[in-house]
Amino acid sequence: MDHLHNYLLHLADNALILGHRNSEWCGHGPVLEQDIALTNISLDLLGQARYFYQYAASRAGAGVTEDSLAYLRDTREFKNFLVLELPDSDWGFTVLRQYLFSQYQYLLYEKLVDASDQEIAAIAEKSLKEVAYHVRWSKEWVIRLGDGTTESRKKMIASWNILKDYVGEFFIASDEEKMLTESNMAVDPVTLREKWISLVNPVFEEATLEFRLQKWTQQGGRQGMHTEHLGYLLAEMQYMQRTYPGMEW
Amino acid sequence: MKLLTEHTILEWLESVKDPEVPVLSILDLGIVRKVELINDPINPFWEITITPTYSGCPAMDVISTQIRMILFANGISNFRIKQVLSPAWTTDWMSDAGREKLKAYGIAPPQYSASGKDNSKVVCPNCGSADTTVISEFGSTACKALYRCENCLEPFDYFKCH
Ligand SMILES: [Zn+2]
Repeated sequence: MDHLHNYLLHLADNALILGHRNSEWCGHGPVLEQDIALTNISLDLLGQARYFYQYAASRAGAGVTEDSLAYLRDTREFKNFLVLELPDSDWGFTVLRQYLFSQYQYLLYEKLVDASDQEIAAIAEKSLKEVAYHVRWSKEWVIRLGDGTTESRKKMIASWNILKDYVGEFFIASDEEKMLTESNMAVDPVTLREKWISLVNPVFEEATLEFRLQKWTQQGGRQGMHTEHLGYLLAEMQYMQRTYPGMEW
Repeated sequence: MKLLTEHTILEWLESVKDPEVPVLSILDLGIVRKVELINDPINPFWEITITPTYSGCPAMDVISTQIRMILFANGISNFRIKQVLSPAWTTDWMSDAGREKLKAYGIAPPQYSASGKDNSKVVCPNCGSADTTVISEFGSTACKALYRCENCLEPFDYFKCH
């Protein structure tokens, strides 16, 4: 498959996997309104994933559909960032991850709106407005819990201690990104790093949390080298199609 | 036989409602962007161009199906439904009639144009007070936020600017 195909899968997988993780909160949120908010964010992400999968499928032809891309690939073929597949330990972890990723996704889509590929540009334009909400919503929670009770603060610090080892992966350019950036079909993520730090830093400050983006990071998601958690996630998400191949609603 | 026009098709589409907000038609919402006869020399067809409100909105599939049904019911089978993403849907496209219908239904309509940032003065659809508080950025669906009126104390949905 070509570079664009891999890039589309990366964009789609990010949205799908985080959307799935968030959907696990459905019926378990701390209060009804927030349960609904997170479910809505999941739906947005699922919708974005579908656009990218549909586009990838239309280019791939021969029996490839959005469903086959989502339900019939195995862990080694998924290209999402590792951080998005990590299981949720608590609400603090969920909102902090959401914020860190949404802020990155916002900067990325903001650039992709001007991509030379019209379809990518249109999806980015459509999704950008939704991601702006995700940023706003998750940011408020990060501040509220970081600068909250002793307990909530403790959990936010613990969450960041896990997440800090992963978020650096956002800013490592993959081979296909390097190739596609030349024709303005992708964004070199390295160029988003400084801006991202400058936006995240004041939020951590307001949340009275310490922020420092370290050099070393866990990585490999884009190459299909995943944590042990993705397999379990896919086992649940793909269960119906694996058990009853070709099954439809 | 009466010649089929774009206008007639639009009239039919007026009866297709948003399943989540059944007082609004897909024309009120600005989901239908264009109805056009494509003069393909061999197989001319009607092209209905629609745009989704929110990416993951489950209502979109239902709406597509309803458009199909209404066209079939009127004996039209030479049509295609085309989904476009750009320009991205905005509440600025909601008709004035749509805004009034929303309000009468108990949902506060989007207050400002989506380009303006000020969301502070959401007016209560029940009593008209501007003394309102946001409870949650997300209401029962992605397109709505949850508010409470500090005057009449009723909670209500607000159709957000987008
Ligand atoms: Zn009121």
